[in-house]
Amino acid sequence: MYKDTRTLIATRRLLQDGQVKVSEVIQECLNNICKTEPTLKALLNIQEEQAMEQAREMDRQGPDTNKPLWGIPMTIKDAICTRDMPTTCGSRILANFTPGYDATLVHRLKEAGAVILGKTNLDEFAMGSSTENSALQTTHNPWDLSRVPGGSSGGSAASMAALQSLGSIGTDTGGSIRQPASFCGVVGMKPTYGRVSRYGLVAFGSSLEQAGPITTCVPDCAALMSVISGHDLLDSTSSAAPVPDYLGALERRNDLKGLRIGLPAQYWEKKMSPEVYTACNHAMQTARDAGAETVTVDLPHAGHAVAAYYIIAMAEASSNLARYDGVRYGYRDMEATELLDMYRRTRSRALGEEVQRRIMIGTYVLSAGYYDAYFKKAAQVRRLIHQDFMRAFEDCDVICSPVVPFTAFSIGEKVDDPLQLYLMDIFTSSINLAGLPGISIPAGLGGGSGMPVGIQILGPAFSEELLLQSACVLEQALGPLPLPTALI
Amino acid sequence: MNIDKEYVTRIASLARLETSPDQAEKFAAQFRDIIGYMDSLNLVDTTGVEPFYSPSENISVLREDERRATCRRREILANAPRHDGEYFIVPKIIQR
Repeated sequence: MYKDTRTLIATRRLLQDGQVKVSEVIQECLNNICKTEPTLKALLNIQEEQAMEQAREMDRQGPDTNKPLWGIPMTIKDAICTRDMPTTCGSRILANFTPGYDATLVHRLKEAGAVILGKTNLDEFAMGSSTENSALQTTHNPWDLSRVPGGSSGGSAASMAALQSLGSIGTDTGGSIRQPASFCGVVGMKPTYGRVSRYGLVAFGSSLEQAGPITTCVPDCAALMSVISGHDLLDSTSSAAPVPDYLGALERRNDLKGLRIGLPAQYWEKKMSPEVYTACNHAMQTARDAGAETVTVDLPHAGHAVAAYYIIAMAEASSNLARYDGVRYGYRDMEATELLDMYRRTRSRALGEEVQRRIMIGTYVLSAGYYDAYFKKAAQVRRLIHQDFMRAFEDCDVICSPVVPFTAFSIGEKVDDPLQLYLMDIFTSSINLAGLPGISIPAGLGGGSGMPVGIQILGPAFSEELLLQSACVLEQALGPLPLPTALI
Repeated sequence: MNIDKEYVTRIASLARLETSPDQAEKFAAQFRDIIGYMDSLNLVDTTGVEPFYSPSENISVLREDERRATCRRREILANAPRHDGEYFIVPKIIQR
């Protein structure tokens, strides 16, 4: 197994100093994939030969100090376009789709010297919280193979927990980076809306989603954030705000003195399992020991976030997924002889049940007569949720809460009750509505299940630097998790 | 709200989907649950609240209208289920 103390930033130093070859690093990760992938099923494709060839070429050229990720093996969630590499979105409708271009963030990673090892599994079109909605395979949790890794970026989180690469990129529309990071005991960041270009992300909920890193530690997350962030002419919603040196910022803070952490009464009093409460409470005591002050804050509309979130996400999905018509790319039903029939047959046969469910409810909430009652109403509640956060941040610098009310559940346990799965997003979806950043780090292991519990730190727009600094101090103070039990 | 099997079939048709009778029955029950839950937003007073449709402040970004290279036709057509090298081919729309 690749040394569990080896991180992206440690490996980067070794590579830059010429103490280790790119081909050795890539080979270590490929060995890990070989050992763990048959049981985890986290990857939808592995670029073994291409990656090794690229590594040998890089070794011939020698280290490039201008490239912050020179020789670093990475994986990418399969909802993000990669040139000449299949991009399936976990859907039968895109099973044979190979983009002719890279997403901007993939282009930036490649320019920085990263080697793309493969693409990670996800709930079809990122719709789900367990990765069980992937039409292609079911991913297992490295801490207990009978449990889900979370979702929708479950492949990325499981893959990172198994050290299959040194960094992964996921997407977060309502918690899809932070929730699987929490379930698998890794770090995941959802950036401020507009911080990372969405060009080349297969669209689901365009006003909600952001791509962000999933890594084994906070400094690795900071290193990736500096590379993928920034303005992009190809995404008009991307922000021109300057990108700080996130990794460098971590060195400027060794404790949490003076940091005011808001604890929303609505989150901490909500029902959560005792083991999640205990682990998160312990994390907050650790933060206080490190110098932070905790204050109770009020998010009066927090209880309405899930309903508002699903109305908006489904409405945007129904509109975004209208493009899958069997004409320009993807699957087409070849038996239909008439155009409308071709659309219907193509979409019904190649889109999964959860995707169809969301397209239909999205169609309903946007339809004449219901638009004001649902879509507009949800957008108004979204404004109130945003205002709640702005008011809370007058009394605190960051907000902390559990990520999920419980630890990873069993595969198959919740597949028949979509509403129960949606309600799991109670702590995560608010910041997607408000466009704010958040980072999930491991708080510890649940006393009952022995499964990882995550805690999230949320901040005002473009406060990633402060979030990463706070998360880094807290991560150090809490200490690392042991190796995932199912991999030993 | 009365979401039954027939209503689900109508929404499916609007969304260019088709459902089997069994699936429509199952979806109807689930939609009643989910949309019933969404109705809880009626408890919130939103009088005079401006809707919030996007966190982006860059609502309308303009740039010079200039030519630039994007994707090649060959690469785009490579993913099409049917094409003739120049155009996407779909089932005939206009009948003689």
